[in-house]
Amino acid sequence: MSKNINRREFLKKTGEGAALAGAVAMAGACAPKKTAEAVAGAVVSGDGTDPLETGKMELRTNPGNGDKVSLLGYGCMRFTMKKDSNGKDIVDQDNVNNLIDYALAHGVNYFDTAPVYLQGQSEKAVGIALSRHPRNSYYIATKMSNFQSNDRKVAMQLYNNAFKNLQVDYIDYYLLHSLGRGGADGFKARFEDNGVMDFLLAEREKGKIRQLGLSFHGDKPSFDDMMELHDKYHWDFVQIQMNYYDWKHADGVRNVNAEYLYAELDKREIPIVIMEPLQGGRLAKPADSVVNRLKEKDPQASLASWAFRFVGSYPRVLSVLSGMVYMEHLQDNLRTYMDFKPLTEEEKIFLDTDIADIMANYPTIECNDCKYCMPCPYGIDIPGIFMHYNNSVNRGIQPRNKEQEDYEKLRKAYLVSYDRAIPTLRQASHCVGCKQCIPKCPQSIPIPRELRRLDAYVEKLKQGTL
Amino acid sequence: MLKKIRVILAVLFFVAVTLLFLDFTGAIHHWLGWVAKIQFLPAVLALNLVVIIALLVLTILFGRIYCSVICPLGVFQDGVANLSKKGKKGKYSYSKELKWLRYGVFALFVIALIAGLNSLVALLAPYSAWGRIVQNFLAPVWQWGNNLFASIAEKHESYAFYTKEVWLKSLPTFIIAAVTLVAIVILAWKNGRTYCNTICPVGTTLSFFSRFAMFRPVIDASKCKSCHLCEHKCKAACIDIDGGKKIDYSRCVDCFNCIESCRFDALKYGFSWKKSHTSSTPLHPQRGTEGRTPQTPCVASLQNNTLASENPSAPVDKTRRAFMIGSALALGGSALSSVKALAQTEPADDTPVEIEGEGGFADIIPKVAPKRTVSITPFGSESVKSFYSHCTACQLCVAVCPNNVLRPSKDLKHLMQPEMSFERGYCRPECVKCSEVCPAGAILKITPEEKTQWKVGTAKIAPWLCLVDNGTVEECGNCARHCPTGAIQMVRKEPNNPRSVRIPSVDESKCIGCGACENLCPSRPISAITVDGYQIHHNA
Repeated sequence: MSKNINRREFLKKTGEGAALAGAVAMAGACAPKKTAEAVAGAVVSGDGTDPLETGKMELRTNPGNGDKVSLLGYGCMRFTMKKDSNGKDIVDQDNVNNLIDYALAHGVNYFDTAPVYLQGQSEKAVGIALSRHPRNSYYIATKMSNFQSNDRKVAMQLYNNAFKNLQVDYIDYYLLHSLGRGGADGFKARFEDNGVMDFLLAEREKGKIRQLGLSFHGDKPSFDDMMELHDKYHWDFVQIQMNYYDWKHADGVRNVNAEYLYAELDKREIPIVIMEPLQGGRLAKPADSVVNRLKEKDPQASLASWAFRFVGSYPRVLSVLSGMVYMEHLQDNLRTYMDFKPLTEEEKIFLDTDIADIMANYPTIECNDCKYCMPCPYGIDIPGIFMHYNNSVNRGIQPRNKEQEDYEKLRKAYLVSYDRAIPTLRQASHCVGCKQCIPKCPQSIPIPRELRRLDAYVEKLKQGTL
Repeated sequence: MLKKIRVILAVLFFVAVTLLFLDFTGAIHHWLGWVAKIQFLPAVLALNLVVIIALLVLTILFGRIYCSVICPLGVFQDGVANLSKKGKKGKYSYSKELKWLRYGVFALFVIALIAGLNSLVALLAPYSAWGRIVQNFLAPVWQWGNNLFASIAEKHESYAFYTKEVWLKSLPTFIIAAVTLVAIVILAWKNGRTYCNTICPVGTTLSFFSRFAMFRPVIDASKCKSCHLCEHKCKAACIDIDGGKKIDYSRCVDCFNCIESCRFDALKYGFSWKKSHTSSTPLHPQRGTEGRTPQTPCVASLQNNTLASENPSAPVDKTRRAFMIGSALALGGSALSSVKALAQTEPADDTPVEIEGEGGFADIIPKVAPKRTVSITPFGSESVKSFYSHCTACQLCVAVCPNNVLRPSKDLKHLMQPEMSFERGYCRPECVKCSEVCPAGAILKITPEEKTQWKVGTAKIAPWLCLVDNGTVEECGNCARHCPTGAIQMVRKEPNNPRSVRIPSVDESKCIGCGACENLCPSRPISAITVDGYQIHHNA
């Protein structure tokens, strides 16, 4: 090419360059929106075939009635919402239909909802989506969420609405929602004294409820109470929180080691449905050092896939619920559970011991940014404060003490980023401890106590007395 | 050559002083803090004899170098004048000294200084004026720039910059700064150093000494061809070629523009004590060229001027003086009264910047400053009286306060001088920045350890506002939790009831008045616990 390019050519070339640079910048700007798992999930399996196209969904048989249930179950509590003309949040029904159609087409047949999910809109949205398919192509699970009142009328209303909302005349899997708090006494008040339990047992007899079970959150004595009740009522299935962290590292107060729960249920041959397989998303977004270990083990596997394979590897598990919001989540999980490969014993230990031990050293707060606690009446950005702290801990950049290498730098970064992330008026220092947030937290985080802890921590950083 | 040196030094000093006001981190004070301390008025108020004597000696030796090099407002005016048509083309001409205005303002200044009317002092003083201008107009731009950098840096996971909240600290001070800026720019644009030679009290003070300067520009009458080039170049309008090839050394600011302009080598900057005794000594006033010959320094010259009634121009002067003093007072008075009116329109300018929320946030009612019986002055100021009598209202401490506690007062008595209030933050125990930067001795240097031992005020409780006391919540204690000295005790509301709610009480022996409790009290807009200042600060 001639060295003497004229000015016009020069401008043209630089213009093209600039346009290209612009396009690259745009692409770069879009990239962070994709989740880590989605990016990893785009990788096909070792032999070059994509299980999404050729694989078969892993099915588990319910010994009680012979149901062939997909190992991946759809948790219907996190669909995207949009604003209606009045500014109210409403479920994006097109998106729900789209996801549910795709899931069904790939063998997912267990759909878990509840009257309280999605600000009370989940049952109806799921009903609309599923009623477009043959009734025998899916199993529906919903719950008796009578937390607010022990009044029988409330329970009846919840029960009857479920049929209307879901547009069905029988329910495949019906759960007593969130048992555990209060143990046997709590159960008595919520279900026995008001006759609701007798009613539900009768409905099971009639076939309106095909399988009756419960979901559990609580401590060990409460769980033992529920197991005792099995002799009386015969739970057809039980839903528990299980993941490779909680297998051995549950705190024992708010939840019990899943190892124990599983063993107790296995002993009684009760089919198990798994919730919180990612521990509220935490296992899909672990600390950098954990990411490093997991990726070293298998650079192609998504972070979430490890957690899903872990729970799926236990034979008593009937289905694993995942609240899949986006298509990427669904596809990543489908790749895990189509042509499912259980973990080896060595891999199980790697997760529930090696990895979980590392995670236990990162004192993160088990907040998954669900924002149920909001709005705080005092204007505090509760999840924002927890996310900022967790991020610092997970990335190993949390200032701990003066002897630490780079302490001054970490200290400054923590304080500056805190001010940038959370406006001063919404920081933890403004918590008065009114406790209104506590019952709203599905993770049972003692929010005021944690806010005070973080506030005291920031105060120490500021004063240089850490 | 001399001019070049002058320009370089002036730019260096100007940038240094301006940076002091812009650098909200307080980091460069470590190296450049002295630039503020050698400013004349702060030195006087700090009774910094070393600096005062040094500046006076400098002036006696070399003339008003101070005005051309050290004073930021002077250098700013040179900058403005350089941009103007007149300045570019050199179209200035000699003008008579406006004695009545000049000495009238000076008298007013001295009276204000003695009477402790520091707001008036600050209104007239050049360094304070520049501080206000920078703080109100340049600093926000600087801070927005910083915040932009902070957000860019954050994207690259760097926290080298921290976000600085930009807010209007005081509307009256903002208006005064705006009026000052406009007035200075107009004066400098039209006629160069008019402000310095008619209004500036520091200029007038130095003029008493500069007229005896050992070194100064001197016209060699034998070489001078009366071409007026130097006169046209003189932005101080102090070279009178037609009136006898004289220079009014009381007004000359040693800019050396004239020396560079002379084509006949008739103007030189040199030793001239001998000559001064023969030509324009104060002992031999040249009545014929009245207006350039003040007699004896200071008060004596004032008396001389006020008594110069045998002069034919006296009646005119008298009325002019009356007019000038009257208008100066009126100007001051009207400014003050307008400010008072504005002060009453609170809390419009105290409202925090709206915080963006994503639906999920409760609105937060902005805090409003409570009425304080005694205003709170910074730790290190020793007493309210001492603080306000030393403070030049230069805003340096306001510029560096990282907690948004210090702001110019709207109180008429201390207008523009800072005070503390806790709507946006509180005086944090580890911070002593204001005490590190004060050039006027209004805030003396203290350490964080000393700070916790000093009481600048004490908290008091309004039980009907306290959310626990009035039954809104069962538990709070946010004030007690954040008190750095542990001065707040949560006590049972009903002493005989073991399950009684706990309400705050102040241990006045421990409270230092830092405002943590007031700032973090959930009661809005007025906090249930507020701080009142102490007239005299003392040991805790």
